[in-house]
Amino acid sequence: MALSGVLWMLVFNYAPMFGVLTAFKKNYRITEPLFSLAFFRSTWASSAGFQHFLAFFRDPEFLNILTNTLGISLLKLAISFPLPIVFALLLNEVRSARFKKYIQTISYLPHFLSWVVLGGILSTWLADTGFLNEVLIAFGILKEGKTWLAFSQYFWWIVVLSDVWKELGWSAIIYLAAIAGIDQELYEAARVDGAGRFRQIISITLPSIRGTVSILFILAVGSLLNSNFDQIFVLWNPLNSSRSTVIDIYTYNVAMKSLRFSYAAAIGLFKSVFAFMLLFIANQVTKRLNGVSLF
Amino acid sequence: MNTARLNNRGLNRYGIWDWALTALMLAICFITLYPVWYTIVLSFNESADTLMGGVYWWPRKFSLKSYQTVFLDKSITRAFGVTILRTLIGTVTNVLFTAMVSYAFSKKRLWGRRVYLALGTVTMFFNGGLIPYFIMIKNIGLYDTFWVYIIPALFNFWNLIIFMSFFREIPASVEESATIDGANDMRIFVQIILPLSMPVLATIALFTGVYHWNDYFSGVIYINNPDLQPIQTFLYRIVASASASRTVVSLPAGISGQQVNSQSVKLATMVVTTAPIVMIYPFLQRYFVKGVMVGSVKG
Repeated sequence: MALSGVLWMLVFNYAPMFGVLTAFKKNYRITEPLFSLAFFRSTWASSAGFQHFLAFFRDPEFLNILTNTLGISLLKLAISFPLPIVFALLLNEVRSARFKKYIQTISYLPHFLSWVVLGGILSTWLADTGFLNEVLIAFGILKEGKTWLAFSQYFWWIVVLSDVWKELGWSAIIYLAAIAGIDQELYEAARVDGAGRFRQIISITLPSIRGTVSILFILAVGSLLNSNFDQIFVLWNPLNSSRSTVIDIYTYNVAMKSLRFSYAAAIGLFKSVFAFMLLFIANQVTKRLNGVSLF
Repeated sequence: MNTARLNNRGLNRYGIWDWALTALMLAICFITLYPVWYTIVLSFNESADTLMGGVYWWPRKFSLKSYQTVFLDKSITRAFGVTILRTLIGTVTNVLFTAMVSYAFSKKRLWGRRVYLALGTVTMFFNGGLIPYFIMIKNIGLYDTFWVYIIPALFNFWNLIIFMSFFREIPASVEESATIDGANDMRIFVQIILPLSMPVLATIALFTGVYHWNDYFSGVIYINNPDLQPIQTFLYRIVASASASRTVVSLPAGISGQQVNSQSVKLATMVVTTAPIVMIYPFLQRYFVKGVMVGSVKG
C-alpha cells in the first residue's frame, strides 16, 4: 500500500526534479526521451551549463517581468494579506450568531468560482459597454466607455482587487478558527480592568492570533514569485502584456509558443531557487521577531 | 457558540458601532453576491436587449435561448461530459488512493516510514516546475489522453497530512480486535477504517472535487484534442478571446450558435458550470472549515 504512494511521488514529484536537467541542455527537444542515454549524450549548454540562466539575466524582458511579478505580489501582500485578518476581527464582533453564520456562508461563495468564471465576470464588467462603464458614465466620471483589460496600467489593480473579492472570506477561516480558540477568561479579566471593545481587540485578540499570522506571512513571502498563475493566465492578453507578463506566464510562452524548452526550464529553476531563498529569509526574520517559524 | 461569549463581554446595548458593523457586513455581502446575481440576470435576458444596457436587477426581456444553445450544442455538452467524468473518477480515485497510502504511512511498523515521509515533505517545498513537469507528462505518454486528468491528481501530500492526523485519533483497540479475528491490513482499511473516516473523506472529496470541476489549465496545456477538453477549458478559450476585444466574442470553431450572441452563451455556460458547486458547498461547510484548519495547523 505504501509503496504505490512512494512510486507515485517518484514519478510525479521526483522525475520532474530530475527533468530540471533540461535547463542545462543546449536545446532540449520535446521528442527526446528523458530517461535515456541519448539525453545525456546530447549537447550540454555552454558556460558550464549556465548559458540559459545568463541569457535570462540579459533578456531585455528580464527587468520588466521581475517588476510585474514582484509588483503584483507585493501589492497583494499589502492588500489581500491583511484584509482577511480585519474581516475576521470584525466578523467576530458581530453579535448575532445567526447573522454571522449567514455572512460566513456568503463570503465563501466566490472561492468556489473558478478563475475562468471570474475572468468571464470581469471581462463582462470591464468591457466597453460593461457595467463599470455604464456606472461611471451615469455619474459623469467618464465620457465614453473603455475596455479596461486592454489597458496595461489598470492590470495590477484588477488582479489584486479580484483576488480580494474571491478569497476574502475563505482566507478568514483560519483566523476565525484561531480567534475561536482564545481563552474567554482573558476577555473577562480585561473587562474588569475597564478595557473597551476596541481595546480588547488590540490587546487580546490580535496578540493571540500572532502565531497564525506569522506562519501565513512566511508562506506568503515564500510564494512572492508565484503571483497566482491560474488568475493571471485568464486575464492576460496581448494588449496588457507589458504589465501582466509575470515569470510564470513568460516561462509558459517561451516553452509553448517558442518551443525553447531548455530556456524555459532554466527560468523555472531560477524562480524555484529564488523563491526558496525568500521563504528561508522570511522564516529567519519571523523567528527572530516573533519566535514563530515554519522550520 | 459565540453569542453567549459575546453577550458576556458586557456589551448589552446595541450601540452605534454595532449598527455600523452590521451595515458594513451587509455591504460586503452585497458586493460578494451582486456580480454573481448580475451574471445570472444577463444570462436570462435576451442578448440583443442586453447590449442596450440598463439591465441591473431583473431580466428585462426574459429569454432561454442561450441556455438552449448551451444544452443543445454538441461541443458544449461534450465538454460538460468530460468535466463530469473527470470529477467523478478523479475524486473517487484520489480520495481512496490518498487515504490508503496515508493509512499505510500512519503505521509505525512500516519499513522505511521516515524516509517516505521525508520524501513527501520535500515535495511541499520543491517541485520541478511547469516545464519539466510537462516534459515528464509527454515522456510517460499521458499527453492528450483523458488519464492526464486522473493519474497526476491521484495523490496529494497535503491531503495525506490531513488523513494521517485523522487516523491517529482512531483508537488502536479497534484495529487490534480485527487483527485477532485474522483480518489483514487491506481488509481492516476497507471494512473498518474507511467507514470510520467519513468526515475526513467528505472534506478531501470536496477539495478534490472542486479542483477537478474548476481546473482549466490541464486542458489547455496537456490536451490537444478538442473532444477531450473540459467545460472550464472551453470557457477559458471564450473568455481569453473576449478580454481584449470589444463586446462581440468569437466562439471557438465548431460551435453552431448562429443567431445567438456569443456573449450570452458565455454567461449561460458560466452559470451552468458554477451552479452545482454553489448549490453543494453550503451543506458541506462544517467539513471544509475543519479541513482548512487541520491542513494549516499540521502543515
